[in-house]
Amino acid sequence: MRFLPKSDAERRRMLEALGLESLEQLFAQIPPELRLEEPLPLGPGLSEFEVLEFLQACGRRNVVGRPCFLGAGAYFHYRPAVIEALASRGEFLTAYTPYQAEISQGLLTAIFEFQTLICQLTGMDVANASMYDGSTAMAEAAFMARRITGREHVVVAASVHPEYREVLRTYARNQAIRIREAPYDPETGRVDTGRLAALLDADTAALVVQSPNFFGVIEPLPLAAEAAHSAGALLIHVFTEAVALALLKPCEQADIVAGELQSFALPPSYGGPYAGVIATRERFVRQLPGRLVGQTTDTRGQRAFCLTLATREQHIRREKATSNICTNQALVALMATIFMALYGKQGLRELAEQNLAKAHYVAGRLERRFSGPFFNEFVARCGGRPPEQINRDLAARGIIGGLPLGRFYPELADAMLLCATETSRREDMDRLIEVFGAGEQP
Amino acid sequence: MTRKIRSHIVQEEPLLFELSSPGKRGCQLPALDVAAVDPREALGEDNVRVEIEGFPELSEVEVVRHFTRLSTWNYAIDLGMYPLGSCTMKYNPRANEAAARIEGLAWAHPYQPEDQVQGCLEIMARLEQALAEITGMDAVSLQPAAGAHGELTGILLIRALLASRGNPRRKILIPDSAHGTNPATAAIAGYEVENIRSNDRGMIDLEAFPSLVTEDVAALMITNPNTLGVFEVNIARIAEILHSKGALLYMDGANMNALAGVTRPGDAGVDVLHLNLHKTFSTPHGGGGPGSGPVAVKKELEPFLPVPRLKPVDGQWRWDYDRPQSIGRVRAFYGNFGVLVRALAYIMACGAEGLRAATVDAVLNANYVRKALEPYYDLPHKEPSMHECVFSDRRQARHGVRTMDIAKRLIDYGFHPYTVAFPLIVPGAMMIEPTESESLRELDLFIEAMIAIAREAEENPELVRTAPHSTRTSRVDEVTAARKPVLRWRPEG
Repeated sequence: MRFLPKSDAERRRMLEALGLESLEQLFAQIPPELRLEEPLPLGPGLSEFEVLEFLQACGRRNVVGRPCFLGAGAYFHYRPAVIEALASRGEFLTAYTPYQAEISQGLLTAIFEFQTLICQLTGMDVANASMYDGSTAMAEAAFMARRITGREHVVVAASVHPEYREVLRTYARNQAIRIREAPYDPETGRVDTGRLAALLDADTAALVVQSPNFFGVIEPLPLAAEAAHSAGALLIHVFTEAVALALLKPCEQADIVAGELQSFALPPSYGGPYAGVIATRERFVRQLPGRLVGQTTDTRGQRAFCLTLATREQHIRREKATSNICTNQALVALMATIFMALYGKQGLRELAEQNLAKAHYVAGRLERRFSGPFFNEFVARCGGRPPEQINRDLAARGIIGGLPLGRFYPELADAMLLCATETSRREDMDRLIEVFGAGEQP
Repeated sequence: MTRKIRSHIVQEEPLLFELSSPGKRGCQLPALDVAAVDPREALGEDNVRVEIEGFPELSEVEVVRHFTRLSTWNYAIDLGMYPLGSCTMKYNPRANEAAARIEGLAWAHPYQPEDQVQGCLEIMARLEQALAEITGMDAVSLQPAAGAHGELTGILLIRALLASRGNPRRKILIPDSAHGTNPATAAIAGYEVENIRSNDRGMIDLEAFPSLVTEDVAALMITNPNTLGVFEVNIARIAEILHSKGALLYMDGANMNALAGVTRPGDAGVDVLHLNLHKTFSTPHGGGGPGSGPVAVKKELEPFLPVPRLKPVDGQWRWDYDRPQSIGRVRAFYGNFGVLVRALAYIMACGAEGLRAATVDAVLNANYVRKALEPYYDLPHKEPSMHECVFSDRRQARHGVRTMDIAKRLIDYGFHPYTVAFPLIVPGAMMIEPTESESLRELDLFIEAMIAIAREAEENPELVRTAPHSTRTSRVDEVTAARKPVLRWRPEG
């Protein structure tokens, strides 16, 4: 087996040193009735060529590489080659969690930069070193709000990603957390701020609002914050499209920001791995879940970084920890850091402006379902044709369409969520518009 | 002392923010082929920020040099042995990286219709099946993102099954040798934790155990081999006792790399277990993640697995959302797919024989190291070792040298430290897991280093206490870091 660096002669020498005669004797403590008699039905080991040939064939069975207008929590952005080149370095890729600071300063420094960049983007004071993804970051943020306020219930906008809301329900089920949904305004696609006051009460720990929301619409975060705060609850701002943060003013009144960084780091990769993050105010730092990197000095007085405030974490606090999270998404956070460093202040702004322009180009030629301002996603009406039919027509023209919304919002069964990014070419957008328009003529 | 490392040039490097200078950027966007849109008009004046204050501005080459220089300050499995007990730092085959980057896989969108992503679904179905075979379980969910996430999923499954029988019960039993994630998980799933003491052999005490399993107990979370590297020889009996009282057996599969191809937890009566693909199945740790924590269950728990589930329909794979008893989703989409591709590539490369051979070598290596170091370090538990062995610093502590000091001194010999001060049941624990990836030469160098440090602890304890001496950064002040947290960069003044 090519991953095993020993010859049989070396194994024999080692057995001799142990005073054993056979490798089987190493397992003598396992009761005989539990030992496998037969090899597992997994077949023989394959060469690298054969393994890659099979997986490449799987890749060819997918429809990939065509213009695609799907977003909804996973976005197509260009990834500069530098990201892959740097993040593939064995020193990053094959390192463990940086508990041993003296030989982990590379990653620790990068994560400290990551935390800083996330703070600059979100307007928060502290950010953790990553969570599994945006959906679990949102659920953990809700738990965090409960610890901070001592209250039990959460109000979540119906315009938050439906799968994120499902995850919140799973996490909350055994925690006696009641979840209420705040409806969206059927006109604007924004959370109905007029109905928030009635939903928020003295038991509410947090109001959770996504912006841009699942429909791509920018939410009125200051109004949401006001409603939350007047009930003594926190505002949790959720985001799935990190590129929007380069353009949108951070909500100064938000208490926790929880989001997804896939846009900055990785291709859609059929749903993962991505990376979540939670950022918050200085005063809530001890309620943050997950790892944190802090600055300190070494015995020679040099600047150094290390994992810190570990008394929040499971390996120290066990059942009293703020979360059970251990492994996070460090390498993805590193990729996001490289992405942000490459684009920089101007580049990220221009990237966001291109996304805005492309989505507005398409939206301006289709019928929008909602009137609220939007970034790079919007809901299009399908003019009486089933959205699935439009997607089939698009597929016939070599285009992957958008997300039919009926599966998540039965009342929007005639609508489709479309996304355009800097990777969307005008000619492809024109073809999409043409197919949409084709249904209008008999 | 020079057999493994010597000093070499290490470059200094400021932070991104300190390198930044206005007007620079590291990438160019394509020409905009549609009309530009004024953000203030499109989004409203109040919604648009002026700039991202403090955000860095750098050229491409500066970014490349920055992160390359940082990378040289890291230790990594590609550089050498990483004997971190419980963490399973084995070699990460580069072919798996190529596999995850195959364009047709990496650029598939999670909301493409199933008929457009049959390749992804085939990979997931094959991995589910392989993991079920390896563990001896009936069904697998690939959704959890990491080990602790798999634990949470597993305990929620147990809760759902017991609730469907009328009573979810109140308590989870957890041995005192368990990983910290176990009690943290039980608490999040809404259970009380009852810690149970290991006996003097480091195992669950079969005499005392039955009386602990009351009507309140939902499950026992066991790690097998446990964190001492000892196989719980009574596991089948433990499962029987639990089952006879209506409780379940959860197994933390973090140490599955000691069992794969040799014995199957499912055959021993385990009801639920999670796997760490970033341990047993060779996917890279990446400095702390991404991982993947699939959950494998017996048939009776299958209806409760997270939605959606893969289902064959007319020769194609489909996602089945119609699962009324499901605990729901534990994350958006379907799992850390890119990690799943790597794990399947590993399993295919190993085959049945290779998986077993890897397990055998892992156990051989741990026993070889144990035997060689036993004359120099205290071995508190004498039970046979599986894939890792646990010493204590008792002998060195007499000279004022503790486990952390020995660990830091190992760095000067060119090795990553072992796991320090865990498991908690061994004071001054030194937990060593070589994995199967170490050659005999590397193992001998490690043994030589450990023996040299044992001698130094007697002859020059100060040298060990102040280690490492060879690194760019010396021992860091973690106390001040926690007392006065500085968690982000800010401009001076």
